[in-house]
Amino acid sequence: MIGFLVRRLIQAVLVVLGVIAFMFILIHLIPGGEARAVLGPKAQPIAIAQFNKVNGLDLPLWDQFAHYVWNLSRFDLGRSYTLNQSVTSLIAEALPKTLILVGLATLLALVIAIPMGIYQVVRRNKWDDYVLTGVAFILYAVPAFLLGTLLILWFAIYIPIFSTEAPQSDSIWGILSDPKALVLPVVTLAAISIASFSRYMRSSMMETMTEDFVRTARAKGAGPQRVLYVHALRNAIIPIITLLGLSLGTIVSGAVITESVFNYPGMGLLAINSAFKEDLPTLLGVTFVVTIATIVGNLIADILYAVVDPRIRYAKS
Amino acid sequence: MQNPDDLVRATQIELGEPVSAPSVGVDGLEVLPGELTDDVIAAPGGGDVVSHGGMGRRILSVFVENKLAVAGVVIIVFFVLFCYVGPLFYHTNQTNASEALLSPDNAPPGNGHPLGTDSSGFDILGRLMFGGQVSLLVGFAAAAVASIFGATYGAISGFFGSWVDSFMMRVVDAFLSIPVLFLAIVLATIFRPSLVVFIFVIAFVSWLIPARLIRGQALSLRIREYVQAVHVMGGSKRRIVLRHIIPNSIGTIIVNATFNIADAILLLAALGFIGLGVPAPQTDWGSMLSNGVNYALDGYWWEIYPAGLCIVLVVVAFNFIGDALRDALEVRLQQR
Repeated sequence: MIGFLVRRLIQAVLVVLGVIAFMFILIHLIPGGEARAVLGPKAQPIAIAQFNKVNGLDLPLWDQFAHYVWNLSRFDLGRSYTLNQSVTSLIAEALPKTLILVGLATLLALVIAIPMGIYQVVRRNKWDDYVLTGVAFILYAVPAFLLGTLLILWFAIYIPIFSTEAPQSDSIWGILSDPKALVLPVVTLAAISIASFSRYMRSSMMETMTEDFVRTARAKGAGPQRVLYVHALRNAIIPIITLLGLSLGTIVSGAVITESVFNYPGMGLLAINSAFKEDLPTLLGVTFVVTIATIVGNLIADILYAVVDPRIRYAKS
Repeated sequence: MQNPDDLVRATQIELGEPVSAPSVGVDGLEVLPGELTDDVIAAPGGGDVVSHGGMGRRILSVFVENKLAVAGVVIIVFFVLFCYVGPLFYHTNQTNASEALLSPDNAPPGNGHPLGTDSSGFDILGRLMFGGQVSLLVGFAAAAVASIFGATYGAISGFFGSWVDSFMMRVVDAFLSIPVLFLAIVLATIFRPSLVVFIFVIAFVSWLIPARLIRGQALSLRIREYVQAVHVMGGSKRRIVLRHIIPNSIGTIIVNATFNIADAILLLAALGFIGLGVPAPQTDWGSMLSNGVNYALDGYWWEIYPAGLCIVLVVVAFNFIGDALRDALEVRLQQR
């Protein structure tokens, strides 16, 4: 177990270093350099030289890289040119909002997808199994931006039950206490996960039902309910943890779209707005934080998986 | 594990002769070379079905059996004709913005505009064709670039193994850990997007999966006897990668490329939707949808549903085709 943990941690650290190196390269790929991005296309050469000197951009690349890593380790992601605010403070405002959205959507997806998958196994190859498969397929095929748009059109405009916009409150409590505005964004983001989770749950459960221990349980006289919920479910649900870790990137990308559709001021909207204003420090900072969060989430899922399922631990070492 | 078929295949490839697939009977025993033309396939009922004809025809027959795949092909053919041939018959102004302003904006369907006009006065039916050209072109081109680069990268990584492989795969891991849409936004911001830049931006975020898949194939192919035979006969590493590993992974590459087209079209639509699409006066289906959403409250449905329907249909069609190709190419190939 320790060996597995160490190997997995080293791997994660290497990936983070790779991402940092890539981000650093990107900063230096800005056409005309950072100075032109800040001072504008008509800046005098002398002003650019001055800017480079003040910001340490005239140093050798290695020194700049060391500086960059050092700043990152102190959570200093630079300054936003357009908002004249530290990127860290901008992210501190946006990150909790995205976490709420992603957390609620993932929770909703699990709460719907797991029972849905189990139900499909119980009723396998009957009409309701096919209907649910069809529903999952449609949810999977409709892109988040279209689904969000249609939900607004149908459930906020034609039938005005919910709001067209996500909660705009600054406090976490304010967001959570506005469920009417929260429903549509959460459903939109959950939809894609519901599709893939339920398909996965269904096939995982099907596979488990063919295992020897299920046959043994049946032979020992366990009823169908007991076999299903006590023996099969507990084993079938474990791979969902890995799936959760692997889906994080997709969910976070989905959050960008959802935040854009519902005007929800999280990380995604921050990224989009800074892209429009060509505010690269903010854009790269947001991307970096989101990436680190994804890597850490993945790592936690992998470790949890090994903790819950001893077969994995031994197989990998 | 000795497998004479592979050596036969390898020499055949070297000599440029047509290759017939070695096959395996239902019970997993190898079929003698003399029986190669009459392949034995397991029938669903349990009996044996003898199919005649070469590999290409067999792949085609499995593909055509899949009704969804045929529907997918029909949809794609329709959209290619619609977008590229349609404008020859249905003339509309799609590039001159000032002229478009002379026609009524946000006009409902009817009055010479079968699907109405958008907020700039462009005819929507014509715009669907015009924007579809961009969506399809970027989808195909990005998938092609991503597949070619990803496959080569993966083949090199898997073939060389050891530290080269570890390093090359950690690079892939690092890129894969950046959520796709964020990476695409960053790239689209740094490199001012034109149509060509878009193709490369989308290819840049989609070469990673084919690289991983082909690397896996290369790992198993490089220890196969026919690859080692080439090595022993003095074939260069370059030759092994380009002439043996990549051609033998072509099934995986094609299947993945099909899904890649769907993903590329979807990604372009997503970028268009958040406002980072191709620059005006060009457009794509995602940008059209985004434009229509601004008028959702006014009830201009014709600016939302047609573009949305086009995206979903094309993406679903490519997914159907990809699924069927996987059944036709990969499963049959792996059964040998």
